[in-house]
Amino acid sequence: MAQQRFHQTGILTRFIIKRDRLRLPIWLIALLITSLATAWSFTDLYQNEQERQSIAQTMINPATTAMIGPGHGLDNYTFGAMMAHQMLGMTALVVGIMSILLVVRHTRAQEEDGRLELVHSLPTGSLANLSATLIVVVGLNILLALATGFGLASLSIESMDLEGSLMYGAGLGAVGIFFAALTTCLAQLTESSRGAIGLAIAMLIGAYLIRAIGDVSNETLSMFSPFGWIQATEVYVNDIWWPLLLPLVAAFIFTALAFQLNVKRDVEAGLLPTRAGRSRASFLLQSVPGLVFRLQRTSLIFWGIGMLILGATYGSVLGETEVFIEDVEMMQEFISAEAGLSLTEQFLAMLMSVIAIASTIPALISILRLKGEEKRNRLEQLLAHPVSQPKLYGTYVLMALLTGTIMLTLATLGLGGTAVATIDNEIEFFTFMEAGLVYLPAMWVMVGVTALLLGFMPKAASVIWFYLLYSFVVVYMGGMFQFPEWMEFVSPFGNIPELPIDEFNVWSVALLSGLALLLVIVGGMAYRRRDIEG
Amino acid sequence: MPVLETNQLTKAFGDFNALNGVNIEVNQGEVFGFIGPNGAGKSTTIRILLGLMKASSGSASIFGRDTWKDAVEIHKRLAYVPGDVNLWPNLTGGEVIDLFGKLRGGIARERRDELIERFKLDPAKKCRTYSKGNRQKVALVAAFAADADLYILDEPTSGLDPLMERIFQECVMEARSEGKSVLLSSHILSEVERLCDRVGIIREGAIIESGTLADLRHLTRTQFVIETKQPIEGLPSLPGVHDVVEKDRSYTFQVDSEHVEKVMPHISKYGVVKLESAPPTLEDLFMRHYEGESVEAGGES
Repeated sequence: MAQQRFHQTGILTRFIIKRDRLRLPIWLIALLITSLATAWSFTDLYQNEQERQSIAQTMINPATTAMIGPGHGLDNYTFGAMMAHQMLGMTALVVGIMSILLVVRHTRAQEEDGRLELVHSLPTGSLANLSATLIVVVGLNILLALATGFGLASLSIESMDLEGSLMYGAGLGAVGIFFAALTTCLAQLTESSRGAIGLAIAMLIGAYLIRAIGDVSNETLSMFSPFGWIQATEVYVNDIWWPLLLPLVAAFIFTALAFQLNVKRDVEAGLLPTRAGRSRASFLLQSVPGLVFRLQRTSLIFWGIGMLILGATYGSVLGETEVFIEDVEMMQEFISAEAGLSLTEQFLAMLMSVIAIASTIPALISILRLKGEEKRNRLEQLLAHPVSQPKLYGTYVLMALLTGTIMLTLATLGLGGTAVATIDNEIEFFTFMEAGLVYLPAMWVMVGVTALLLGFMPKAASVIWFYLLYSFVVVYMGGMFQFPEWMEFVSPFGNIPELPIDEFNVWSVALLSGLALLLVIVGGMAYRRRDIEG
Repeated sequence: MPVLETNQLTKAFGDFNALNGVNIEVNQGEVFGFIGPNGAGKSTTIRILLGLMKASSGSASIFGRDTWKDAVEIHKRLAYVPGDVNLWPNLTGGEVIDLFGKLRGGIARERRDELIERFKLDPAKKCRTYSKGNRQKVALVAAFAADADLYILDEPTSGLDPLMERIFQECVMEARSEGKSVLLSSHILSEVERLCDRVGIIREGAIIESGTLADLRHLTRTQFVIETKQPIEGLPSLPGVHDVVEKDRSYTFQVDSEHVEKVMPHISKYGVVKLESAPPTLEDLFMRHYEGESVEAGGES
């Protein structure tokens, strides 16, 4: 009986590998390259011990600790210590995501699409598919662990020996195996694959947050998170192996539990009851603006949190700017010295341009949804109601402008808030807000250009991303590459006065705002005139 | 004045003419069947009628207004059900029905609930979990809950089971009895035969036939199977005779309905032993028009 449940696991394992013959190597290689390339770049970026030590100084603050972990060996910040501190947790997070997506793809998603029913109708054991999935994903993680371990060791970077490198790889693999096993359990609970992914990702983020809170306030708490466990190995510094047993034991328990749950339930059923949605529209969902907001609500919330964190992260390191820039030669090329201004203020001006460009991304995603809706043929039904094309267009444009404005405000608030809290009253909070919000007209122009494209050539609207990338390169790296002046002029972000270095220039700000308005209006006229495709 | 009227409607996509002068007319209280093979221009015509596309030339009007310029005004009194209903995956069916109702200026709650009940739709499920048929039900409930004067229905039943199809037909007949007009594009012959007062057949971007079903029956052919004592001479060359198959003095062939009275006397001269005839069906009518070539090439197809 027990053996029958696993009948044909081998064939199914091979089948999964065959189906994912591209997906699996891509994950493996991408993760491997990330680790190796980062380790390699460290040796390039930091020429000597002083530079490494000064970077270690900037790392000692709660925000950084919460984000990447406490760091071991900060007093002797070798390349190995640096790698373990800055990369291990983040990479493990991605490995966790990989495991979750792969497991759900071959279990719950398979079931949801009705394919598992077909497999089960053949002479295969009821646990065969689940076991095959685990074999593949666990195998992939072991492969990743070994490849990363030997790969890092082969770089022969000082302080990154074979034992440490293998432990580093094993840490990544252990987290991957932990989340693979956990996800097999969660996939038994929900009826939809989206639900399973959501639940698993929530657990993943939860585990990362527990570690973050623990590392900042109470170290015992971190030992309740797999991320805490792998950091407890103090890899490359003290090389402690035993914490790696914890995720593996947990994975074993999860697997046993998943098998139990799987045997108990019907195919295509979930153990958690499916929550019924509303059978009537809420007061919010009564109009086109209501619909547009509703469709973007979730992404708005996530981007908002993300921008706030991005701002706060920059804000927390801003205080260390002076040390950082003076000690690292390469950074000096980014920033040209100006008389009468502190390095912090100059760095702030540059940071703001980057943050403004980052905040433009959600705004562009928002307006490009108008094209997505058209492509998925959902506008047809909306426009068959008494809804005019200009109204629809206007709603999306306004939503995008609003999104971008909110995102930039949140990021600036995050930056200003943490900076004021950590720097000793050097720069006023108002200066931060001013330096950030002055970029709003540039962002509006980007939205305007997209709107224009949506009116005239919707198929080409995605080229706006290249324009944004161009802006980033020109504005951010302009100092380093010494581009000619017209290249900055071509990007709206290059025409914004860099506060607090430059004087506030009413004209350029007003002209850009006017240009944005003009672009939106002309785009709207074209949108009214063209056919809606579907 | 007709409720819906197009006059020499054309639409060109680059070099390709999707429509070459479409003329249709839907009168008040009438169900007009709009039929034709895939790619004939049905959906393009409907998109112009909905104001989603601008005609290259010609005119299209609904309620006496231009479909492109006055789209919003027209849509206050119009309901549309597409053949392929695309809904927002994270909204429930109930939410979509309410939203659509609200966009048209309000929805009668009792009528909405009654239709949900009749179509057996679960309004609390997310649209991503609906099958094609259930998505169509959402659009149908939203359309029939609206107090519209004109319904444009583009193959609205392609995903429904026969039971639901019947409910749909009831809804259409109720609408007609209330003096409302319907433009129904459909491939389901029984549906067209049952519901439509008049039909228009479109092919390659032009209306090739239109009229009441009775009018159109003269365009059909009657199928004959006969056996005679002597071989029939010159049967294939008689006017209106098609698809002759001869086997041991047994002949199978088709005759255009208007030529039957001339063909019969000719045949009777050869001593008819057995005669079977099948009446003209709508299906023949459709097939003849759908299979393009057979109209021109006659007996060879």
